Amino acid sequence: MKKNSLDFWVGLFVVTGFVALLFLGLKAGNMSSFSFAKNYSVTAKFDNIGGLKPRAPVKSAGVVVGRVAAIQFDDKTYQATVTLHLEENFHFPKDSSAKILTSGLLGEQYIGLEAGGNDQMLAQGSKITQTQSAIVLESLISQFLYNKAADAGKEKD
Amino acid sequence: MNVLVDRITRLGGFVRLNIAGIGHATAMFITVIRRSIGLLKRFRLVSDQVFFLGNYSFVIIAVSGLFVGFVLGLQGYYTLNRYGSEQALGLLVALSLTRELGPVVTALLFAGRAGTSLTAEIGLMKAGEQLSAMEMMAVDPVARVIAPRFWAGVIAMPILAAIFSAVGIVGGYLVGVPLIGVDSGAFWSQMQGGVDVLKDVGNGVIKSVVFGIAVTFIALYQGYESKPTPEGVSLATTRTVVISSLAVLALDFLLTAVMFST
Amino acid sequence: MSFARGKLTAVMGGSGCGKTTVLRLLGGQVRANSGKVLFENEDVSLLNNEELMRVRRKMGMLFQFGALFTDMSVFENVAFPMREHTSLDEEAITDLVMLKLNAVGLRNARDLMPSQISGGMARRVAFARAVALDPPLIMYDEPFAGLDPIALGVTARLIKEMNNALEATSILVTHDVPETFGIADYVYFIANGKIAAEGTPTELMKSEDLFVRQFIDAQPDGPVPFHYPGKTLRDDFGIRGSAS
Repeated sequence: MKKNSLDFWVGLFVVTGFVALLFLGLKAGNMSSFSFAKNYSVTAKFDNIGGLKPRAPVKSAGVVVGRVAAIQFDDKTYQATVTLHLEENFHFPKDSSAKILTSGLLGEQYIGLEAGGNDQMLAQGSKITQTQSAIVLESLISQFLYNKAADAGKEKD
Repeated sequence: MNVLVDRITRLGGFVRLNIAGIGHATAMFITVIRRSIGLLKRFRLVSDQVFFLGNYSFVIIAVSGLFVGFVLGLQGYYTLNRYGSEQALGLLVALSLTRELGPVVTALLFAGRAGTSLTAEIGLMKAGEQLSAMEMMAVDPVARVIAPRFWAGVIAMPILAAIFSAVGIVGGYLVGVPLIGVDSGAFWSQMQGGVDVLKDVGNGVIKSVVFGIAVTFIALYQGYESKPTPEGVSLATTRTVVISSLAVLALDFLLTAVMFST
Repeated sequence: MSFARGKLTAVMGGSGCGKTTVLRLLGGQVRANSGKVLFENEDVSLLNNEELMRVRRKMGMLFQFGALFTDMSVFENVAFPMREHTSLDEEAITDLVMLKLNAVGLRNARDLMPSQISGGMARRVAFARAVALDPPLIMYDEPFAGLDPIALGVTARLIKEMNNALEATSILVTHDVPETFGIADYVYFIANGKIAAEGTPTELMKSEDLFVRQFIDAQPDGPVPFHYPGKTLRDDFGIRGSAS
């Protein structure tokens, strides 16, 4: 009956659509860098997160080891609390430090994790205490100008 | 003075008529949704329509996607080359397609190809009293004829848009890498780094679903409300294309503003 | 108007007098502004959609040009009501469809598409479809319009036989006098929104009513005027004075 052959073509059409979507997701998009591996959460507090966004990568030695899950504001310490999801098979000592770095000169910002020397490792819910905030360009420039002005002042004396 | 008053009266009448028309269309839309429950058991009705709307549109969508991809590759290269950023060609092609061109161009093509055929089919069924006959046989024509075609359009559109975008990216690749000489690795890696699955591909899919709902319903409504004469059906098909196209572009603006505002 | 059970009643009148509207009122496609439309003592105009669907299952309607579903074959068209309203299996449906098609003489045309058959044949298929579920009420909208003499005779015979076989109530909307008078049990004449005359065919043939006479004898002018109403001839041509 005609009905069976129609079903086949419709099914083929839908499958083609899915394949196209899969292609877009995997080859064109960044889905392959989604880590479906289990992860554990740690938090870190920063004075200034700059342009850090959720889903930004957490890298150590340049390799992605996790993602920024959430960014919240703590109005008791007036700092930003960043929640990181780190992959389960990567262990970092408790005294590791987290810095907010920029990829390239003006690229997107990510968290760089540097391992410390402690025997104990970070676990679910741990807090990273050593943090370095993002470098804000305007502060740098004003600092530079201030220093320049101070040097010029010293020379005059 | 009288001419002015007369003109304003007619304008007011025109506006009122159109607002009433929109109200009627909304009522019809809700009716179609409500009468669609039975389709879950008779899914064949929908899948048959997916064949007529989707499969038959496949060739035009795929070929258009390929050529749009070609053009994006060429134009993108010329512009990026001026700033030394031709490595970002893959990213440009992919973002243009998944965010905008895929859903929008597919919707416009769909309105022209499938939309007009839907309007003409329903209009002619109405003219030939087929819908009336169905009613008299205690079968609700909205549930049996209109609703399956509506859902088929909603299903077919995102699939067609995804195919358009995917084929377009391949087209951009074919022009950029073998033809022009952009580095293949840079093409894909920059694309993968910059295209976010949820934000770009996902939003594109959402857009195409919304467009599918709009275009399919407009086509069906125009056919259903058409005058049962040859002129009536012809006018209805023209209106389908015009109204669908405008609706798609307006919705695109709205959705883009909502989705891509940071 | 009343339509007696088991009888064949005809509704006749000039074009545009509202005969088809009577059928639409009965079927609930048009709601009455005033008065009542009673089908088995239920007022059709007051029913909601669901109840209307229930009532319509007891009606079969033959539309003027057949109104077959053009995307389905002859077989599928006749099978449509069975598939939609019964849960019979394919074998049973096939047998029933063949029976109905046989009654109208089109059993061997079952795999043809509506575009491949003539107008007369299409109407016969529509007839088979209308009686597919053996409804107690069958309505015919201008069944004789545009048929050749052979088809006319066949159609009239089919309508009468179906009425008797199913013991159904048949309502015929038409303006064909000879064929109708040959098969109808009772006739209503409608003109100017009112019942102009009614009676059995024999009574009406002897009627003295001007309208009935104009209709039956096919006179060009009478209660139904020949000229479209408006200005008189003298005014249009500017003729003044009296003509002798």
